[in-house]
Amino acid sequence: MQADPTAFSTNARLALEDTILQQALGKLQGDFRRDRAAMLSRLPEFDALRDQARTIKDHALDHLADYLEQFEERVVARGGSVHWCEDAAAAQETILRLCRQSGGSRIVKGKSMVSEEIGLNDYLGKNGLDPVETDLGEYILQLRGERPSHVVMPAIHLNARQVGDAFRDGHTDLAPSRSLDHPDDLLAEARARLRQKFLDADVGITGANFLVAETGSIVLVTNEGNGDLVHTLSGTHIVLAGIEKVVPTLSDAFGLVRVLARSATTQEITSYTSIVSGPRQADDPDGPASFHVVLVDNGRSKLLASAFRDVLRCIRCGACQSLCPVYGAVGGHAYGAVYAGPIGSVLTPALVGLKAAKPLPEASSLCGQCQDVCPVHIPLPALLRRWREKIFDDPALSDTTRTGIKIWSFATRRPTLYRLFQRLAVALLAGMGRKSGYIRQLPLAGGWTGARDLPAPQGGTFMSQWRRRQGKEPQP
Amino acid sequence: MTDARAAILGRLRGAIAGRRAAGPATPRPETYIRPLRARGAQPELVARFREMALFAGASVATIVNDAAAPSAVARYLSREGLGDQLILSPSERILRMPWKGTPRLSVRRSQFGPGDRVAVTEAVAGVAETGTLLVRSGADSPNVLHLLPEAHIAILDSAMIVGSYEDALEILGREKAWPRAATFITGPSRTADIEKTPQIGVHGPRKLHIVLIHGEDT
Repeated sequence: MQADPTAFSTNARLALEDTILQQALGKLQGDFRRDRAAMLSRLPEFDALRDQARTIKDHALDHLADYLEQFEERVVARGGSVHWCEDAAAAQETILRLCRQSGGSRIVKGKSMVSEEIGLNDYLGKNGLDPVETDLGEYILQLRGERPSHVVMPAIHLNARQVGDAFRDGHTDLAPSRSLDHPDDLLAEARARLRQKFLDADVGITGANFLVAETGSIVLVTNEGNGDLVHTLSGTHIVLAGIEKVVPTLSDAFGLVRVLARSATTQEITSYTSIVSGPRQADDPDGPASFHVVLVDNGRSKLLASAFRDVLRCIRCGACQSLCPVYGAVGGHAYGAVYAGPIGSVLTPALVGLKAAKPLPEASSLCGQCQDVCPVHIPLPALLRRWREKIFDDPALSDTTRTGIKIWSFATRRPTLYRLFQRLAVALLAGMGRKSGYIRQLPLAGGWTGARDLPAPQGGTFMSQWRRRQGKEPQP
Repeated sequence: MTDARAAILGRLRGAIAGRRAAGPATPRPETYIRPLRARGAQPELVARFREMALFAGASVATIVNDAAAPSAVARYLSREGLGDQLILSPSERILRMPWKGTPRLSVRRSQFGPGDRVAVTEAVAGVAETGTLLVRSGADSPNVLHLLPEAHIAILDSAMIVGSYEDALEILGREKAWPRAATFITGPSRTADIEKTPQIGVHGPRKLHIVLIHGEDT
């Protein structure tokens, strides 16, 4: 599949034919619905916690500049430093510089969507460095040279055999005849492999789920414990985070922690939730000698001023992906973007421009389930509609649609004309489908008839049928 | 660098001012919600902690005092086939326990090495809400000891069991310094990255065993 949002329909067609993917997606969506219902039954306060989570994020966004400054001040007070980056290029360069300053070249990474967003691994690779992903899913994808297809379950599109193949191709120093048939074999191999990488690391790069202004801490959430191994065993810890991640206090962060894992994986909380504050202290036996936070804007400050501001509340749980019927049909890679699913279709046009992401806001049935599960109440369907309006308003993006809808709008406001058109169309279509009752090909509607036949209309227009019915039968 | 900082903060302030023209800022929540299950009398919280810790895949052994800890640990090691080697976290309380007098245990307090499988550390607090431990880094508790071993054994005093994460952080805040790392641990290390199959022990401990010191109920 192409990593290009404009290839959405081609990608989607490939995805629908991919039986491994279809099996994985079916399991994901079925399990998620069932497990989420069980989770909800254990926590009657969940909806109240979601409302609170929205308030926490709205408050933080309404004071974002102040909290970022406070965060920076507290990080520096604890011996760390903060680096502000306007865009992907600035963040890449900053991280490369910090890696080189560390004096070592062995880099391990925890899972970070911002790292995907700024294309960090490619950039470091081009500059002679070889960062190793340590989240199991991300590690598998790194071996395969793929992008994550889900925010919290990055390798959801693969089966165990494909993972085994990736290990066989990637770990060429091990006996080719070894058994990798059981998921436990795969786990043991990954554990041994990555354990050594942790122990050898010079630089550890992680994301941050939250930044806490009051304490200058990052909150890091993982199930595997890889994030904690990364920051505990590396000489230099680099945190990569979007500027929207800051909240005022630990109470705010834990208000969000209560909805994060429950929305992401339906767990009560992840296995490890860490509050990391700066570099190793005077009498600490472990921890990094230096601590850096790389704050990335990359379009976020512009979003704050835009009609899409609510999307900055996102805490990257992936619930909207796990439940979306379109995501469930085509998977994450079909979107061709770093962020897939409903949240991605709102975010991607803002990050890469509407022209480069045009099909994405259309790739939704607007059924509203994404908004219903969102832990911070992002009105995703409304925001998708807003992008559609922008597409419509831009003559460069929607010439035929615009013309078509303009004609339609002109006609609907003139009932006589509209009915005349309708009668003509019905007569014409009925004539075209006279023999079989179906129309195989229709000019201007190839998108429809390409994959299926159009039933020919029968019995005249709705209005003419209605009039006949009114004449014959008494009103109810 | 400084330019980027000024530019970003400038744009943020501009955006925020624009919104203020349209309406007031969202205030912080007046009080933060604590789920019902994070509240209750101490015996209830202890019972809920146990229940939720088991739900998260940890195991729990309850003993009456510190002196009973080494033999409880020895029993756990032999039951789980984890050998007899132990690394101890150098906390005062753990070091005061009678490890030497316990047969079947070989105890060290040096660095965790490649052959080591089990470590014993002390938890700052337990959180009833989700059966979660709070641990912290420091001179008396290397962070690696709850991350590198195959089995992590945590000593927890039942008096330190509280309802919520926030209550546990309050206990942490009473210590003389805020630690570099404080971690809430809920069950063993896990993943579901291969075919969504739940698997235990991907990078961190495969087993989390909680030795709960719970004296006579008062």
